[in-house]
Amino acid sequence: MTYAAIPAPQPPPVNAAQGPVVALRNVAQAFDGPPVFEDVSFSVAPAETRILLGPAGVGKSVLLKLIIGLLRPIEGSVELFGEEISQMPEEKLFPLRARAGMVFQEGALFDSLTVRDNVAYQLIQERVPDEAIDARVHEALRFVGLEQTFALYPSSLSGGMRRRVAIARALIHQPELILYDSPTGGLDPVTSETIIELIVKQRDVRATPSLLVTHRLQDAFTLCTHHFDSEEDRMVPLPEGQTNRNTTFLMLNEGHLIFDGSLDELVHSKDPFVREFLE
Amino acid sequence: MAIHTIDRTAKQIVLTVQEYSLFAGRALMNLFRPPIYWTDFLIQCDVIGVGSLPIVILSGFFTGGVLSLQSSATLSAFGAAAVTGQFVSLTMIRELGAVLTGIMVSGRNASSMASELGSMVVTEQIDAMRALGVDPMRKLVTPRVFATITMLLFLTIVADAFGIMGGAAVTVFLNHQNGTQYFHMAYEHLRYPDIVQGLVKPLFFGYIIASIGCFYGMRTTGGTEGVGRSTIAAVVNASVLIIFVDFLITHVLLSILPS
Repeated sequence: MTYAAIPAPQPPPVNAAQGPVVALRNVAQAFDGPPVFEDVSFSVAPAETRILLGPAGVGKSVLLKLIIGLLRPIEGSVELFGEEISQMPEEKLFPLRARAGMVFQEGALFDSLTVRDNVAYQLIQERVPDEAIDARVHEALRFVGLEQTFALYPSSLSGGMRRRVAIARALIHQPELILYDSPTGGLDPVTSETIIELIVKQRDVRATPSLLVTHRLQDAFTLCTHHFDSEEDRMVPLPEGQTNRNTTFLMLNEGHLIFDGSLDELVHSKDPFVREFLE
Repeated sequence: MAIHTIDRTAKQIVLTVQEYSLFAGRALMNLFRPPIYWTDFLIQCDVIGVGSLPIVILSGFFTGGVLSLQSSATLSAFGAAAVTGQFVSLTMIRELGAVLTGIMVSGRNASSMASELGSMVVTEQIDAMRALGVDPMRKLVTPRVFATITMLLFLTIVADAFGIMGGAAVTVFLNHQNGTQYFHMAYEHLRYPDIVQGLVKPLFFGYIIASIGCFYGMRTTGGTEGVGRSTIAAVVNASVLIIFVDFLITHVLLSILPS
């Protein structure tokens, strides 16, 4: 099948003039040994969704952590919201991180707090009044379809529900960038589709730029070939042969970024690993 | 090969000491810069202070009792059984109250801090907190450090009081001596330098317990097994450091404030 990035009922194209939300230049990372990856360069533009593919253990999650300064690169520069953060002191990073949302691989919910307190964590720290917090938590939980879990603890939720609560926590502050770390990893197909639908909804309804790490091609393709229909309140496929033009791919393998381009370029790539990965 | 191993181990120890110093310094300085999480401070005061009360009362009471039993036997040989009260009170207030409370609280709370924070590290909750724009040092470490310092001071006073009562119980009920004489001797020979010595130590011990517990918790690696290793390291290092620092403080205070 040939995919063409033809304008469809989808968001406006990426505005390059605004400058990238995230820009990595020649980034390398290592932990007491050979580099996990090196010479990695790419950017995420406003309203753009980038899908980072690659086999397990290649450093995809490490790359996400570098982007919001949870780790520091041994080489290269990382720009977040236009500010160079690779050498920035931790104190100055907190306000920048608060503008982004991150969904961790296993959810990383605070297990001693209720779902309400988890989702409202940032708002509680900012001393937002309780009534306003409750209203916003209900809205965020409604967005992920889990309003009934308001008073529950994470230990009583299933894996898929925990991921959805983690998404609600990342979205409640209306972030300017969202990072998803394998949001569907280890989940059954039905739950995975629910999570992908939420990601598509966030992309198409709020046009939030995002970077999604996954090794599941099916999820990546669904993101590219579907859009969220607000009237029907569900994810629907784009017309045959069309893809979301703001959703593009990156592929990491053996310590290098081996692909950066659209779905069409991905499926027609001559790179042997890309071909093997797709097949 | 052996030299290489020694070299690597030595560097690792120096690096750990350096990292701990920076960590402990940051935890202390955070109290003087906002935001300060007072609610977390009060919660930790409850967990550490009120939670440790039973073990501190019991250990203090029975230590005082043992001191009385042991000392009265020896003192009787010199016809000085009457000074048992002085012996028990001075030993508890100057030394054992602070050290025993420190070690008991270290066993209970340094381990709980290391395992709690370690579990949060391995389940990425600490990373999640940082990603949400909240500094775990300020939110988790600083409240624990100051709560431990504050509560250890009061726990030491409680241990001293119960130690003296334990000594009194043994003196009156087992040794059949005069209780009034015991308390009179316990109070009469007490001097301000003794009390100062006994109340300065828990400030240092509290700082050691919480900073070491949090330090090992926050640098946990290697999953649940790593949490176990961090917990052991926290309790062992905190206990040894308490005894070592006790020696240093005693030496310094005796030269500044001779009894």
